[in-house]
Amino acid sequence: MSDTGRSRVSADIFNLERGKPMKLVKAIIKPFKLDEVKDALTEIGIQGMTVTEVKGFGRQKGHKETYRGTEYQIDFVPKVEIELAIADELEGKVIETLGKAAKTGSIGDGKIFISDLNSVIRIRTGETGDGAL
Amino acid sequence: MKHSTFSLMWLVVVILCVLCGTATGWAQDGTPGAIDTGDTAWILVSSAFVLCMTLPGLALFYGGLVRSKNILGTLAHTAVILCLISIVWVLLGYSLAFGTDVGGVIGSLEFLGLMGVGQDAFPGTGIPHLVFMVFQLMFAAITVALITGSFAERMKFTALLLFAVLWSVLIYSPLAHWVWGGGWLGEMGALDFAGGAVVHISSGFAALVCALVLGQRKGYGVESMLPHNLPMTVLGTGLLWFGWFGFNAGSALGANGGAATAFVATHVAACAGGLSWMVAEWVKTGKPTMLGIASGIIAGLATVTPGAGFLSPLSALLIGLVAGVLCYAAVVLKIRLGYDDSLDVVAIHGVGGFTGILATGLFASVGAQGLFFGNPGQFVIQVVLAVSTLVFVVIGTYVILKVVDAMVGLRISPEEEETGLDLSQHSERAYS
Repeated sequence: MSDTGRSRVSADIFNLERGKPMKLVKAIIKPFKLDEVKDALTEIGIQGMTVTEVKGFGRQKGHKETYRGTEYQIDFVPKVEIELAIADELEGKVIETLGKAAKTGSIGDGKIFISDLNSVIRIRTGETGDGAL
Repeated sequence: MKHSTFSLMWLVVVILCVLCGTATGWAQDGTPGAIDTGDTAWILVSSAFVLCMTLPGLALFYGGLVRSKNILGTLAHTAVILCLISIVWVLLGYSLAFGTDVGGVIGSLEFLGLMGVGQDAFPGTGIPHLVFMVFQLMFAAITVALITGSFAERMKFTALLLFAVLWSVLIYSPLAHWVWGGGWLGEMGALDFAGGAVVHISSGFAALVCALVLGQRKGYGVESMLPHNLPMTVLGTGLLWFGWFGFNAGSALGANGGAATAFVATHVAACAGGLSWMVAEWVKTGKPTMLGIASGIIAGLATVTPGAGFLSPLSALLIGLVAGVLCYAAVVLKIRLGYDDSLDVVAIHGVGGFTGILATGLFASVGAQGLFFGNPGQFVIQVVLAVSTLVFVVIGTYVILKVVDAMVGLRISPEEEETGLDLSQHSERAYS
């Protein structure tokens, strides 16, 4: 009995409505640009983001470090990854703002990746779709 | 079972009591000189200074240079050697080094367990015999600890313990006797103020043999082996430098002019070494580095050690400058030759000590004369000192390593090396 009850409740909470289309924006940027990027995005109304310290390489490649004469090629350069979910219509503005804030003009500025986002659920309330952003 | 353990414990206690009784009751031959309170105070403090060089100075200097998975194992090498060799010195080592000379090669067993080493003045000084003994004890401990840099990150702990005891008794004590304890090198007039040969050539070239016999670390030249905490190494450098004033100026065995000469020479050479290594690296690789400055300071200190009490400040300056460049070149050469002296004991202590012994034969001008001050004979004696120390240490260390290898094996397994000393040898980790 209680089993069915529980499953009905969870079905209610995670009632996945396909609302308006959304986008997941993932950007790899230079670590020292993080504050600037965050401030610029907050200014245009972005209310949340997730930030991770990552390492990797692109065309910038790595750099050399020397310890008592021994040279080490450091292949993976430290970067910061920002992830944010946004409503579809904000895509252009977010990319423009993010790109502008993260740009230094020299090699290693990073990349922005955009993908379609199927659904979002706010765990506290069970809200879904762009209402959960 | 329990009963027999208990009686064994009592037996040990009784034997110790008897030894202690003999020790305090022992009278020294001849009339002891007067104790000088100033001298005694300075050498007591100097002994503590030299302790501070070993732990935490050297432990931190080495600890910062290894990978984070090996930091506790590296600290443990230095800490356990300090404890172990201090006991060995009290029981046997001091007597072999400073007991009455037997044939110019070894001390007698008269001071076994420090029997007869008491409060009376050590001959020729104003300090109690016990103070002289404990000052020398600190030297015995740090010399063995210096070697551990060469086999860092791969030596088995049991092998380390065995090696340390055998090396101290069979290499350090005889060598200290030859140079300082009335042995053949000292009688010949060899100058080694604070241990360029006894401490630095000996540990430096023992390190070379260790690096060659143990072989490279797993992944050497392929994997990244970046130092995990250079600020720790810089902290260790500062403590070594501080302690070195006790090491060198204390070697005057009194609070006197000789101590002043040694103190100034020590500081000037450290500064010159730090600068010249930094510049050499700057020219070669394009950047001055903190590790370079720290390494140069230690190179300057090691190189000035044998001459500290005999050098003018300007001679010390020149020796420090040469030390920084020469020891840096030795590090670069090591990379070319491909032996894995992990923390550069050979390049800094071996090359530094060797250079310092020869330089003393050239530049000695205070209380002794070198080649540049009209005494070419001294230089020849210094060459004999440096070369004979090197040969004795290389052969002796090789034999000891082979014996220890046969008994317990020298290296940890490749899997253990992958895991790191901390977890594989000690089941603990430094950072969690």
